[in-house]
Amino acid sequence: MQFNENAPILFVMVGIIVAAVLAQSVFFLIKAWRHGKKIGMDPKKLRRIARTAVVFTIAPAIAIVISVITLAKDLGVALPWLRLSVVGSLSYETIAASNAESGMGLVFGTVSSLTAKQYVTITLVMTISILVGIWLVPLVGEKVQKGMINIGNRDAKWGELLSSSMFIGMISAFIGYVFCDFAGVFGGDTTGLIPVLVFAVSAAVMGLAGFLVMKKPEWHWVSDYAIPLSMIAGMASAIPFTAWLG
Amino acid sequence: MHSKDNSYIHSVHVAGRIWNISVMLLLLAFPILLCVIFETLPDFAGLGKGLLATAPMYWAVSVIEVFTYVPMLGAGGSYVSFVAGTISNLKLPVALNALEQAGVSSSSEEGEVVSTISICVSSIVTTIIIILGVILIAPLSGVLDSPVLEPAFAQILPALFGGLGVVFISKNWKIAVAPCILMLILFIAVPALNAGTVGIMVPVGVLFTLGMTRLMYKKHMLD
Repeated sequence: MQFNENAPILFVMVGIIVAAVLAQSVFFLIKAWRHGKKIGMDPKKLRRIARTAVVFTIAPAIAIVISVITLAKDLGVALPWLRLSVVGSLSYETIAASNAESGMGLVFGTVSSLTAKQYVTITLVMTISILVGIWLVPLVGEKVQKGMINIGNRDAKWGELLSSSMFIGMISAFIGYVFCDFAGVFGGDTTGLIPVLVFAVSAAVMGLAGFLVMKKPEWHWVSDYAIPLSMIAGMASAIPFTAWLG
Repeated sequence: MHSKDNSYIHSVHVAGRIWNISVMLLLLAFPILLCVIFETLPDFAGLGKGLLATAPMYWAVSVIEVFTYVPMLGAGGSYVSFVAGTISNLKLPVALNALEQAGVSSSSEEGEVVSTISICVSSIVTTIIIILGVILIAPLSGVLDSPVLEPAFAQILPALFGGLGVVFISKNWKIAVAPCILMLILFIAVPALNAGTVGIMVPVGVLFTLGMTRLMYKKHMLD
């Protein structure tokens, strides 16, 4: 068969894999939903959680579509669709594709068409590099979780602190990342201020939402959408901040 | 968690193993089928060079990610997240927000349900939006990557963690002070730390916070 990066057969194969990923999510969603009802959780509460997750996901998912568009310039549409629907992220996949192309004497970002041999090689590098998480969770996931439960059973207070500490540790790394270009400000490069200001706007909107709910408890619905709202406000503020400082 | 829900958790792990191994086999089948359909073989020299430059780093990061994220994501959430990807910048924040919204702990039975539901919904929505994006890629290309909107999508992480930071730091400020100061110093002072390396710094932040919290807990500073 004649190869090109957007051959229909590629979309069929990728579609089957993406359908499997979708089916996995639907399976676990139904399983968790049924169990939630079985242990007496209010279905209204479960629906609220699902609704908030939908709103929360829209903006980051659009960002992933942009990543597909970015990678499609080199790799066609099917492979970026696969890689960004299963495990991947723009940074991981760009590095993997770039290393694979470089290994074959190509320069990422300048490739206008690939041969089948090059395409298979890139696909293999991307796939083999990223598979560890998929098989390691089945191998150690239950043991890791049992360890956490045992800690909680031995000392409930420490169990709670342990969970909070892990979340805080993760958030602290991303707060640090927001300031990663901040030092440039002292050298006259103000672009490092943009993420800091965006972060501040998002934090301020979240703080305002918390204040509103505290003052007017009947507005409790605001808290359901406070994080997605603060994220959208922060992203929107990036446009004027970038025009000003970028 | 008590013994009754251990059977639920165990069933999640059994199903998760089957799903993840099946998806892995499908993923591996893709390049193999490409070889068969297009009657070709990989460029083995290029494959070796590409893997040598990519795989060791990714494998190490993935191993660390599994041990860091599984305790936070719960059972169902872990299996789905490690297949669907975008864990630190989407699945985990979605789960954190849902746990906060529901007012339950991640280690409780309700927390397992809430975290799994939020992550699965997020994964389904993401997959559907990407499918729509692929179908509409031609008209969307000019809009989504336009110079006007580009800055908004470039700043998605600061916009996400601003809100999340307020929620979690205000509730746990005593344990948040030290890791936030450490990370600020590291990211400002070390030029190598940036968007590409933030994933590696997550386990560092988690381990440091765990150590500091344990110390404060033992000294009764968190009573």
